[in-house]
Amino acid sequence: MTALHLAKAALLAVPLWLLLSSLLRLKPSWLKHLASLAVGFGAAALVTLVTPTGILSYLTTFILMACIYAVLSVGLNVQWGYTGLFNIGVAAFYAIGAFTSALVTTRMPTGLNASFTKQLFGLGMPFWVGVLAAGLVAGLLAWLVGKPTLRLRGDYLAIATIGIAELVRLFFQNERWLANGPQPLRGIPQPLSCLTGDGCAWLPGFVNSFFAPLGPRDYPFVYIAIVALVLYLVYRVLERAIRSPWGRVLRAVREEEASAAMNGKDIAAFRMQAFVVGSVIMGIGGALYAHYIVSIDYSHFDPLNGTFLVWVMLMLGGSGNNRGAILGAFVVYAIWSGTSFVVDALRPTLAAISPELPSRGPYLRLLFISILLVFIVLYRPRGIVPEEKVVSLDRDL
Amino acid sequence: MLQRSAAAAERPFERFRRVASGKAGMLLALALVLLAIIVTAALKGVPATQLLSLFVRGVLLGGMLALGAVGVTLVYAVLKMANFAHGDTMTLGAYLGLVVVTLLPKGAPIAPFSFGYEFIVALLVVIPAVGLIAFGLDQLAFRPLRARRSQSVMFAMAALGLAFGIRSLVYIFWGADFTFFYTGRARPAVELFAGVRVRPDQLFILGLAVALIAGVYLLLERTKIGKAMRATADNSDLARISGIDTKRVILWTWLIGGGLAGAGGMLYGLDVQLRPEMGWWLLLPLFASVILGSLGNAYGALAGAFVIGIVWQMSGAFINPVYSQGIAFLVMIVVLLVRPEGLFGGRR
Repeated sequence: MTALHLAKAALLAVPLWLLLSSLLRLKPSWLKHLASLAVGFGAAALVTLVTPTGILSYLTTFILMACIYAVLSVGLNVQWGYTGLFNIGVAAFYAIGAFTSALVTTRMPTGLNASFTKQLFGLGMPFWVGVLAAGLVAGLLAWLVGKPTLRLRGDYLAIATIGIAELVRLFFQNERWLANGPQPLRGIPQPLSCLTGDGCAWLPGFVNSFFAPLGPRDYPFVYIAIVALVLYLVYRVLERAIRSPWGRVLRAVREEEASAAMNGKDIAAFRMQAFVVGSVIMGIGGALYAHYIVSIDYSHFDPLNGTFLVWVMLMLGGSGNNRGAILGAFVVYAIWSGTSFVVDALRPTLAAISPELPSRGPYLRLLFISILLVFIVLYRPRGIVPEEKVVSLDRDL
Repeated sequence: MLQRSAAAAERPFERFRRVASGKAGMLLALALVLLAIIVTAALKGVPATQLLSLFVRGVLLGGMLALGAVGVTLVYAVLKMANFAHGDTMTLGAYLGLVVVTLLPKGAPIAPFSFGYEFIVALLVVIPAVGLIAFGLDQLAFRPLRARRSQSVMFAMAALGLAFGIRSLVYIFWGADFTFFYTGRARPAVELFAGVRVRPDQLFILGLAVALIAGVYLLLERTKIGKAMRATADNSDLARISGIDTKRVILWTWLIGGGLAGAGGMLYGLDVQLRPEMGWWLLLPLFASVILGSLGNAYGALAGAFVIGIVWQMSGAFINPVYSQGIAFLVMIVVLLVRPEGLFGGRR
């Protein structure tokens, strides 16, 4: 086991620790965390040792993207799963979060760069400020969209969110002054990237020297720990909220609007809260994506990648269940990435059918995912992990 | 609630809102929107001729939108579902038309139009074909949901799956690039009146759209199945008790809605271009038209489509045309704020 293995294993232990501690039922909680940390590190070390470097890197980026999608899926779960709000414009909040965080954390381009990159502002703030700003702006957008539509039938919200997603994308595509328009906005800073470089000045020396073997190409290992932490925090906060009186009202609004109103609950206010909270989470997801991918443009936030996949994830995993939402994100992202290998393998066969077909392979995946969604709606509308009937019992969170 | 509205009636804003949300108020608001567009355009120095020709083009676009919007609203009226696959049904119609046009031997263009007999044949094939496909998809995806009495959002979700499924098929068979029914054929514009120039094709499009919609009007008002459809839309339970064959009504709803969508897609393809995303982009203006004219009201959808078409084109005089979707969206949001039941709906 080299120092590089050790550094990677330590970073991979973070998502495993968080996963295990959410699954284990053990008291007291310090023991649970200790146990899952130990098991997590052991498992991470084993995986790091036995898996070839290339596959390990692929696995890491896969889990990373799945975690980002899980944030989106959990956000949508607040809206659709718990409150029954039909938002088909996830991409709008995802995109606005990504661009907000990018603008807040990058610096205004100077010198030669300024003629290539146009942006409204660049504050050069730290990562966490960007993430918070992303959530804030996405929440504000949700409030604006929700105001006229939330008091009406669900279909109206659906069409309005389709519209806002298209408009946000068009806006970022055409307004160069805002975020470099059709050109990608580059150079979005990566948090803790100093760990994979010359070391971070503010960290004690032994930490820096522990992570010193990591090169810039190993950055996903660092980021996976950050994304997993954010996902875990979002998950914990939501689980608390859903098991609180607030969460019960949301479900009451979804199931029996009239009787919730009769019990003195302000339906419109609760709908708005759920819509805004869900959108804030989606905005945070967008920020996480932007800092991972470093260079973003409008095309990343099309209806397919930004909205449709997230819906299939939530529906497959189980609407109304945060664990289901996260599981769904992993399963569907696995299907999505896995089918790309299948299509690659089928390339010769496709070429034999028609010379143009291999280049259109990606659309076979889209067809498959679309059929999958219709099948879920028809045959498994409750998903893999159905909603729990009783959620308010103490279950040792 | 009662107390609140009584108190609110005193306030000037609420009073304004009450007046504005009446039918007359809505019509006034639409007139004001048109006036605002004309004034803004005049201030920006847009010549009157250009404004007039944009108006004419808006009417043309409205005709195409109407073909889609009538289908959306009929499906909503009879089946109580928002069909988000309708835009992509239009795309499917356009591309199926392309297949027929390509397969048939090319005839000479029928002067003064740019297309030959094969386009007419394609229309005759596509209208029933897309109608039947729409019905088939309904039987596959929506009928089981109806049998289970699923929530309305489940229908919308299934429709979303179908929409992306249809689009992916279009991508697979025809690729992601835009295309035309006739590549490289000149489509000269002629002067209609007062410097307004249109292509003869566009007059054909408007004529056909009006004819098709008149046909639907006759079908709804004068035939037995039309009467049955209207009865089902009014009250489906009562209709069933009265011995109306709901299955037949559903079949005809999809035949009409799908057929019109297919024709609308072909006409849009003839006028602009064929693109796999065209239907998805049309979805927003379609629903804006339908909501403006009250969901479920066929004649309202018609009026809504023309309003949206005209506002869309005329606003292009002074804002970047890429945001024309945004104008449709804005009109929709204003309607939702002021009078969500639309121009022709009763009070909730």
